[in-house]
Amino acid sequence: MKRFALVAAFLVTPLFAAADELTATGDLGLVIERATGSLVLVDRSDRAALGRIEGLGDLSHASLTYSPDERFAYVFGRDGGLTKVDLLTRTIVARTVQAGNSIGGAISDDGKLVAVSNYEPGGVKVFDADTLALVADIPADGKTIGLVDVPGRRFAWAVWDTGEVFLGDFSGAEPVVKMLGNAGKNPFDAVLTDDAHTYLVGLFGEKGVTAFDLWDENPTPQKFLTDYGKDGEDMPVYKMPHLQSWAFTEGQYALPAVGRHEILWVDRDSQETVATTPVHGQPVFIIAQPASPYVWVNFATPLNDTVQVVDSRTHEVVATLTPGKAILHMEFAPRGAEVWISSRDDNKVLIYDTRTREKVAEIKAEAPSGIFFTARAHQTGL
Amino acid sequence: MTGLALSITLTLPATAEISATRAAELEHMVLQDCGSCHGLTLKGGLGRPLTKAALAEADREVLSLIILDGVPGTAMPPWRPLLTEAEALWIADYLKGETP
Repeated sequence: MKRFALVAAFLVTPLFAAADELTATGDLGLVIERATGSLVLVDRSDRAALGRIEGLGDLSHASLTYSPDERFAYVFGRDGGLTKVDLLTRTIVARTVQAGNSIGGAISDDGKLVAVSNYEPGGVKVFDADTLALVADIPADGKTIGLVDVPGRRFAWAVWDTGEVFLGDFSGAEPVVKMLGNAGKNPFDAVLTDDAHTYLVGLFGEKGVTAFDLWDENPTPQKFLTDYGKDGEDMPVYKMPHLQSWAFTEGQYALPAVGRHEILWVDRDSQETVATTPVHGQPVFIIAQPASPYVWVNFATPLNDTVQVVDSRTHEVVATLTPGKAILHMEFAPRGAEVWISSRDDNKVLIYDTRTREKVAEIKAEAPSGIFFTARAHQTGL
Repeated sequence: MTGLALSITLTLPATAEISATRAAELEHMVLQDCGSCHGLTLKGGLGRPLTKAALAEADREVLSLIILDGVPGTAMPPWRPLLTEAEALWIADYLKGETP
């Protein structure tokens, strides 16, 4: 009887009904809920929350990256937790607390390895992306920051305490880790340009940004921006700028001045300063709106209710928005039509049309911070 | 229990100057903004751990001065532009687990 019912059900169920229940992941994303250690799964096209995934530990500082098939997310938590989440089943499929305190991570270009940057104990750990089994453990003399994926199953990172910059090659049986040089005093974050050509390391302990040419066999540190803001007094930095989405636009880098309420524009080729844009506060994220001349900027507390839009051609602020309380992050739709903005103290993610710069929708989330769309799976460096 | 809480309040005059509304704002600030570097659970990050255990031996006046003036040569900024001395003392007491 039971078997008959099953067969009958199969026969009468149209095939498209099954397809209806499937979820393609290309327009999905995850929002970090920093206070509750949970994620909200969102659908970009529907501007909707699909569900919540809980039990990820301390996500008060967190980031994530995606597998090449956009099915799995690897979430890097403050408490050293590395969690693999399945977007299809909306469950945690693997989790390891691999250090006492960590800051971020990246996935290798082939999707096989996940590397985590740790504060305590300092160093980089590399895991099998499938099982989260430990593959390599590279200790450091301090807190590691700015970990990026470099093509060829490699990762680069820097050490806050010593200024050293490393390139690790994990393509062979044994990892080969090479010290590239010293970036300077207290590198606070780093980023790889979209062409994987230049690894840019931002300095907190001294003025400047240090570039390493990763297309070169033997990269050497090239320091620039060493004297910005020399004519004025530096202001307190109430939140470290983040470089992961540093804007590369119109042949320039748009960089956050540290201790200055300014964006610094630097020519990508000559590394000469092109312009300075006075802005509302200490920039935290400066992110290029895809397929446009604009960058969007948010700011450190207590000026974090504001987002500004700057034109990379004129270096002028063209819009100042006050979307909500404690704006922590912005994530663009891959082709730039919308920007999703997390408003921590409003417990909302706000969705703005980038042409009208008007809010078109909002989604509830508990103290949201980072927003990550699955298109990141195909972005070098992450 | 209420009596105990009351007696602690009375021995810390600084806390008496902070309204309940402001106290809630300060607590939010400690967890969210201090938490950017010290962790939401205050177990540390780029900044040192600020748990009760980590601060057991710390003097409240010294802590409040660190909050107000920062630590030169580190990422700890001066919060004096945003906080009064009484508020910094309230935060020091809060971190040490000595606020009402």
